[in-house]
Amino acid sequence: MTESRESAVTGQAWSSHEGAAALAAPTSTEKRRAFDGRILLGFFLPVAIALLWEGAVTFGLAEGRLVPPPSRIIATLSALAQTGELWTHAWMTLWRVLVGFVIGAVSGIVLGALSGSSQTLRQLLDPTLQALRAIPSIAWVPLFILWLGIFEASKVALIAVGVFFPVYLGIAGAILSVDRKLVEVGQVFRLSRVQLARRILLPAVLPEAVIALRSGLGLGFMFVVAAEFMGASEGLGYLLVDGQQMGKPDQILAAIIAFAILGKLADSLLVAATRPLVRWQDIVRERL
Amino acid sequence: MLSFEHLSKTYADGTRALSDINLTVHEGEIVALIGGSGCGKTTLLRLIAGLDRESAGRIRLDGEVLSGPHPAVGIVFQEPRLLPWLSVFDNIAFGLAGVNAAERQARVTHALEKIGLVEHANRWPRDLSGGQQQRVSIARAFVTNPKVLLLDEPFSALDAFTRASLHDHLLGLWEETRPTVVLVTHDVQEAVTLADRAVVMQPKPGRIFDELPLTLSRPRDRTGLPFETSVRRILTALDHSLKAPQQQPQRERDRQAAALWW
Ligand SMILES: Nc1ncnc2c1ncn2[C@@H]1O[C@H](COP(=O)(O)OP(=O)(O)O)[C@@H](O)[C@H]1O
Ligand SMILES: [Mg+2]
Repeated sequence: MTESRESAVTGQAWSSHEGAAALAAPTSTEKRRAFDGRILLGFFLPVAIALLWEGAVTFGLAEGRLVPPPSRIIATLSALAQTGELWTHAWMTLWRVLVGFVIGAVSGIVLGALSGSSQTLRQLLDPTLQALRAIPSIAWVPLFILWLGIFEASKVALIAVGVFFPVYLGIAGAILSVDRKLVEVGQVFRLSRVQLARRILLPAVLPEAVIALRSGLGLGFMFVVAAEFMGASEGLGYLLVDGQQMGKPDQILAAIIAFAILGKLADSLLVAATRPLVRWQDIVRERL
Repeated sequence: MLSFEHLSKTYADGTRALSDINLTVHEGEIVALIGGSGCGKTTLLRLIAGLDRESAGRIRLDGEVLSGPHPAVGIVFQEPRLLPWLSVFDNIAFGLAGVNAAERQARVTHALEKIGLVEHANRWPRDLSGGQQQRVSIARAFVTNPKVLLLDEPFSALDAFTRASLHDHLLGLWEETRPTVVLVTHDVQEAVTLADRAVVMQPKPGRIFDELPLTLSRPRDRTGLPFETSVRRILTALDHSLKAPQQQPQRERDRQAAALWW
């Protein structure tokens, strides 16, 4: 209900341009209020479940060996943090994601831009890439290990492949869907191809490009787990495997929480870094 | 001087949007193209702006045959088409990339004053009303000092009050450099308010039905009798243009008669 009210308010601000200025102040306060309520509501379920479980274990209603209570997970987490282990593993994972993300995103942007802006290149590139996309990325693992060895290179390659496809598709699609009407504005002012790309296409695709990068980053974190499963001595994925082999569910859950925090932090960082580029359309972003 | 010689446009799907248009627009003249939808008005403006290629005939600007977008031709579309990532100021300055910074600043500021949006210079287009956006779009076309300005039903989406004030803004800008203006409209009052000549068009295929000079002195009094008379004359012409499809042009009828005779 809160959500529908909020979108009604935003929708109003969009459609009645005449009143947009007058509405601006009340709209933002109203939005903030609705937003706060939603956040609190969202916390309710996980906190309630955590408390219930904690209570159940404390009062002996449940054993909590396979599903440790929150207090034990937090204790494990802080123990890992104190020995410094947590940071070593988190940093290793982050580094792999970062390198894989950069490689995958850069090649996705380049190939996506090529295939989005030239019909010939699209016909040349797209069928091959679409065919490769149909292969589940994990299926590459044995090949990557044969080609690149069992150490970092094969892991980074897997992550890069995971990041590449959403970025490639997002960028190519964004370029193809740029409003012809805005392109015509550029044509009327006789922009060259390069100027058109820089002054119209690039800014027009930025919002979708950011979304593509975000989903790429999300997949990067998904694939780093897979990569670290295939034999690593460091990384949060190693903590997972180790926790399973040693029968330490609290360590597994601690690693999962670390993954969640790391992923969210990385995503927020990406959003913050790209925010100035797409500020002009932050109304839409707030609804994402 | 802007002239069309036997200008025709047939789209790829076979639609005959324009057929044998012949018209001369004098320097500094404001010509209103009037006609129902589908008369090819937008098509005609797109040909002049160089966004589409004619199928036959040619367009000349001061003797030069136009092929593609020309620096002396500006256009205001039916929608504002502002670039959402540029501020109001930068939108107006969009066509001034080749002009030095000081000159650009001066021209844009002057245009902002003319359209009454100085205090909105740094806002995003999304924060403007529809009427304000269309004013920015008009300013964007004017700052490059075009010799020919094309307007495609620029005020059709606006309410009557906003429209009247935009007519004043438009005439205010026009007075300064007096460009040749081709204004597409389906609003007869608007045509009589702004234009020196009304050209009534007919659809299927798009062609010129009639031309009516509007010689009222400026500024025009919308409540006066001469204004009313002009409005009525255009309405009458429009009326005839709608009935005309039944009474085919003489030449066509002769040809059909000949075909029958054979
Ligand atoms: N890109 C196009 N392809 C095919 N037919 C078109 C295209 N644009 C316009 N038309 C057709 O050409 C005719 C004239 O259109 P238009 O110039 O938009 O008329 P107006 O602006 O007077 O309403 C219409 O029948 C329309 O359907
Ligand atoms: Mg039209």
